[in-house]
Amino acid sequence: MTHKEFMAFIWPSLLAMALFIAVPIISVAYQSMFVEHEQIMIETETCGPFGCTPEVAVDQDAMRKVREDSPAGRFNGLDTYTNSSHLATDEITEIVATSENFGEIRDRIMNLPFYKALIFTLSYTFIVTPLVIVFGFIIAVVVNSIPSFLKGPVIFFSLLPMIVTPLVGSLVLFWMIDSRGVVGAFLQYLFADPSLSLKASPTLTWVTLFVYGVWHSAPFAFVVFYAGLQTVPSDTLESSMVDGANRWEQIRFVVMPYLLPLATFVALMQLMDNFRIFEPIIGFSASASATSLSYLIYTDLREAETPLFGSAAATSMLTIIGVIILLLPVLFRNAREFNRKA
Amino acid sequence: MALFQTSSDNPAAQKSTALAVLSVAFVLVWLFIAAFPFLWTAWGSFKAEGDFFSRADWMNAIAGPATTAQTGGAFTLDGYRGAWIEKEFWRAAMNTGIVTLCVTMISLTLGTLGGYALARSGFRYTFWILIAALVFRAMPHVTLVSGYLLPFFQLNIWGYLPTTIIVLVAINQPFTLWMLHSFFLSIPKDLDEAAMVDGCTRFQAFRLAIIPVMWPGVVTTGLFSFLLAYNDFTTTSMLLTETNATMIPKINSFLGSTQEEGKVMYAVAAVVSAIIPLFVLIMFFQRQIVSGLTAGAVKG
Repeated sequence: MTHKEFMAFIWPSLLAMALFIAVPIISVAYQSMFVEHEQIMIETETCGPFGCTPEVAVDQDAMRKVREDSPAGRFNGLDTYTNSSHLATDEITEIVATSENFGEIRDRIMNLPFYKALIFTLSYTFIVTPLVIVFGFIIAVVVNSIPSFLKGPVIFFSLLPMIVTPLVGSLVLFWMIDSRGVVGAFLQYLFADPSLSLKASPTLTWVTLFVYGVWHSAPFAFVVFYAGLQTVPSDTLESSMVDGANRWEQIRFVVMPYLLPLATFVALMQLMDNFRIFEPIIGFSASASATSLSYLIYTDLREAETPLFGSAAATSMLTIIGVIILLLPVLFRNAREFNRKA
Repeated sequence: MALFQTSSDNPAAQKSTALAVLSVAFVLVWLFIAAFPFLWTAWGSFKAEGDFFSRADWMNAIAGPATTAQTGGAFTLDGYRGAWIEKEFWRAAMNTGIVTLCVTMISLTLGTLGGYALARSGFRYTFWILIAALVFRAMPHVTLVSGYLLPFFQLNIWGYLPTTIIVLVAINQPFTLWMLHSFFLSIPKDLDEAAMVDGCTRFQAFRLAIIPVMWPGVVTTGLFSFLLAYNDFTTTSMLLTETNATMIPKINSFLGSTQEEGKVMYAVAAVVSAIIPLFVLIMFFQRQIVSGLTAGAVKG
């Protein structure tokens, strides 16, 4: 295929990605250097039957003009990145200087919105991903061993939690764990504590979100591993049996090494998807105890009167940097392999 | 009886009977965890709020005394009536239909051409395009949305369905390209090269030799494009207005407005309505979904 033919086929796709993925990233980088215009105040006098009182109000006309002249806001350099709702460099310095011990430093840093979101996002990513792989693998091995007429229905129902919209799936669970819902009532009965509520404590909210994450993604790992199991060479399995390997040893020394590349694939997909966790926080109304980076951006943009574009953009840039750090090992490995082949 | 005798003769076989029982039990537990929430919510959507969220006894959700007291029957369509007619969920369902259909068609057209080119070109830049696509695939959608909003306001194209459709197509491209690229790699090169030897141009070879055999891969990829558009909340909730919202943002808006009015059943009914198309989709395309999930893994 010549360069010209290649371009003829791929240009619409490249154009779409350039315009709506690459340019927005540049636009985000640009916006992150600006903040909203300061309110232009105007003093007016309101006169009533009891005399005149001076009033200070926002000058709407002047504001509109300023916004039209420079829609991105006024230049702020990198200050948005270091302010208290992002990296909070001043606050951190102060916390480190005035805190007594490590526990206090940790608690006070957890109160800064960006770090609170970052810590939850990372915990979610690195707790849910391995659990998904382990559960998916166990389900796949077990389903592979049951009678084959059961396999079809099992796969059908297993796909449901994964295919269903994250917001919808989390709402379904949220209503069930409500203290008036069936699971909530069952847990109260189980622990003999009629006031037990999964929504009340931050720890329980985190656990709920982790459980949701595993429930939502385990089917994906299950399907991938199950398909992989169908291709495990049977002569290797048989020769291991001849050598006296029991069931567990077969899994440990034949199946697991064979499925390792698939596990890497699932891990990569899960790291990418879990890092952008967002909808479950809305579905579970969990924002009081758990926020993620994506959720911070969303609330900045949802700010009632004027969206905080600068603040959202700065968080976005930090998130993008996070994604790239997460992907670096994969990128290096791919580049090495490609060079070896070339 | 015979079964038991043989198993007591052979310790290995006996162990496997116990293991088989354990396996089936485990699978049943998993099935319960995976499917019960949906069945429960679907059942509950035909009840009154006092039963689905019962303070007194969770059994109320099954028997439905409050539903009987309020409506005279054990089942009620009030939730559905309220959501679809009073809150105009049908409008959202229609918008979802338009958006998903357009996104799927356009993504597949662009993705098929691009994926074919990537699979047949051996140049070094194909690698970099695929890597860039992988990085783009990993971008959280909300970071991209925060890049769109201001320019879209300026250009005055915010809040329209076509804008949202194009944005979703673009967000979908990295995934579509990867999937169709690996699918086209599995179609032998000889097929289109033979057509070109016979005098076809590259595009004719694509049309006459490749298009007739590409449908299995396209259907599979199409399913995932459909799911991405159907399930999207981030983009649609930020780029559409209240009047042309799709189903998922609409459900979210129910949560704000209905919770305090005691109309949470509207949201339950809407949620169940949104699940049904997905349920049907899995029923008909289970095989394609499974093969699509594994395609990327096995080939790349």
